[in-house]
Amino acid sequence: MRFLFKTSYAQDIALARHEGHRFWYSLLVVLLVAAPWLLSEYGLAQLTFVLIYAIVGLGLMLLAGFTGLFSIGHAAFLGVGAYTEAVLVAAGLPFPLALLCAMLLAAAVGVVVGLPALRVKGIYLGIATMAFGFVVAEVFARWESVTGGNAGLQVKAPAIGTWSVDDGVSFYLLCLVLTIVATLGVLNLLRSPTGRAFVAIRDSEISAQSMGIHLARYKTLSFAISAALAGLGGALYAHMIKFLSPDQFDIVQSIDLLLMVVIGGLGSVHGAFLGAIFLIVMPQAINAAKDFLPEAIGMAPGLKAAVYGLVLIVFVLFEPMGLYGRWLKIRTWFSVFPFYRRGMFKRQKSFQKSERLR
Amino acid sequence: MSAAAGTTAAPLLSVREISVHFGGVRAVDGVSFDVQPGEVFTLIGPNGAGKTTVFNLISRIYAPTSGRIEFGGVELTRCAPHEVAGLGVARTFQNIELFEHASVLQNLLIGRHTHRRTGFFGDLFFTPAARAAALQEREEVEQVIDFLELAHYRDSLIAGLPYGVRKVVELARALCMKPKLLLLDEPSSGLNVEETEGMAWWIHDIRRELGITVLMVEHDMGLVSKVSDRVLAMNQGQVLALGDPATVQAHPGVVEAYLGGSQDLSSLRRERA
Repeated sequence: MRFLFKTSYAQDIALARHEGHRFWYSLLVVLLVAAPWLLSEYGLAQLTFVLIYAIVGLGLMLLAGFTGLFSIGHAAFLGVGAYTEAVLVAAGLPFPLALLCAMLLAAAVGVVVGLPALRVKGIYLGIATMAFGFVVAEVFARWESVTGGNAGLQVKAPAIGTWSVDDGVSFYLLCLVLTIVATLGVLNLLRSPTGRAFVAIRDSEISAQSMGIHLARYKTLSFAISAALAGLGGALYAHMIKFLSPDQFDIVQSIDLLLMVVIGGLGSVHGAFLGAIFLIVMPQAINAAKDFLPEAIGMAPGLKAAVYGLVLIVFVLFEPMGLYGRWLKIRTWFSVFPFYRRGMFKRQKSFQKSERLR
Repeated sequence: MSAAAGTTAAPLLSVREISVHFGGVRAVDGVSFDVQPGEVFTLIGPNGAGKTTVFNLISRIYAPTSGRIEFGGVELTRCAPHEVAGLGVARTFQNIELFEHASVLQNLLIGRHTHRRTGFFGDLFFTPAARAAALQEREEVEQVIDFLELAHYRDSLIAGLPYGVRKVVELARALCMKPKLLLLDEPSSGLNVEETEGMAWWIHDIRRELGITVLMVEHDMGLVSKVSDRVLAMNQGQVLALGDPATVQAHPGVVEAYLGGSQDLSSLRRERA
């Protein structure tokens, strides 16, 4: 078991708390940078998808996991980012500028969607965001002069001047850099007053308000950041998949995104990454398993949806803290061996809450 | 108790004829009182008397139907709910409202929110200024941790702490705001005898060492008479009596509100023919 000898307050706000962190995260970055030479072209493409979904997951984690606002329409922000990027790059805008515009436009849309969040909570917010998702998907399909409608839209490779990022390796490295920047940004927010205000709103709005936290401002801010990250992910997604159509941003995509953060582990940054890995690896695993299953099951339509549903139910019932929660338990089991107790992570039932107001 | 003596000084909090009606229910009906700087002022009264509603009016969770609340020269009824904290009013809740899935330290740091000096972009890039501010906030919080002897629980999650400790953490979080006025809603509810005694000492120290004015709602008359300078008794939204603890406890209206009048008792007595 590691014993942390704290001698300064700076240790508590450092991103890497001890040598273990420094060693393992450095190793991870080295491996990720070396990935183009370690993986096949197909493997690298899958890893790129993991990074893209992780960026979107970070945004949704900030909103759902840290601010407690659930969005069942996040694919809409992904779509806004993707289409903005596609249209602007086609118009000849330099790639970084188009990326920035995609983020800003998604954030602006996020602010608009965030407005009902000031009035409705919980399941009602979910319904409001879901309705918004349908509206945006409809706009993608009908606004044919810009989005190409159901016929789809080709996306050009990202380019700055004459230099173009058109091969898999350089695009992967671009995604890697943006993922690291996004992760550091989110971690910075979480260790500063802004992130703490989000957590306060998640755990008790009434109390957050009497601590002087402007609920409307911070909820809107959370929606904006979350949408901006989804927009960034969407822009990269557009370049990765090279062809956009409205059905990529429908309710199923939104549910996949929500599934990702819930299975990854709500309220942890690691969860966004673990969830993204799950979301990309799972269809591959199901495909691989098909060969071993009886034909009636293996070839059944909707197998993927059924497995996802089952996994979600299992997680909600047995591991509400998600994959990251499971990892924490395993790590604790080893670090305190043989003193692990079953109840170590059991949360006490909360005491009676104050009458909720408004 | 000396601090209560200066009734001629400008009051810190001045409540004038406030009323709040929920439909036909007059939860608070024309209540007026002044809280002088540096005193411990207690609201007592039977359940449903409107004590917590008065608190919720001061912290702007409810808007009064009529009346004025002035704090340090500022009209509170015109402030938005989150602005009240910025003026220097901190509060605790009857049923603890802590941030359950955060550590004690994080809870206390959230208490420093009104003193934040960094903006969103400073936070996002964690600029040197943001780092310096974070360390400064930590220093402030550590003073409160020392004061309330919470060092042992610093890194524990709230969800795993016993009730008595949570109560102290909530008090600590309010103190982190460096308030001028501290509203305590039943500080001793759910505490055992020793913990209640500890709470009495802390309220005493908060007033004496930190110079914070305290307005509290409390049922434990032992605690009330130990720490209060003045007591206001309420019943059914109206003021019954105001004065020092002994006077108010002896007031016939207060006795009647708590125990029922003598004729009430006789009406309860079973008639034997």
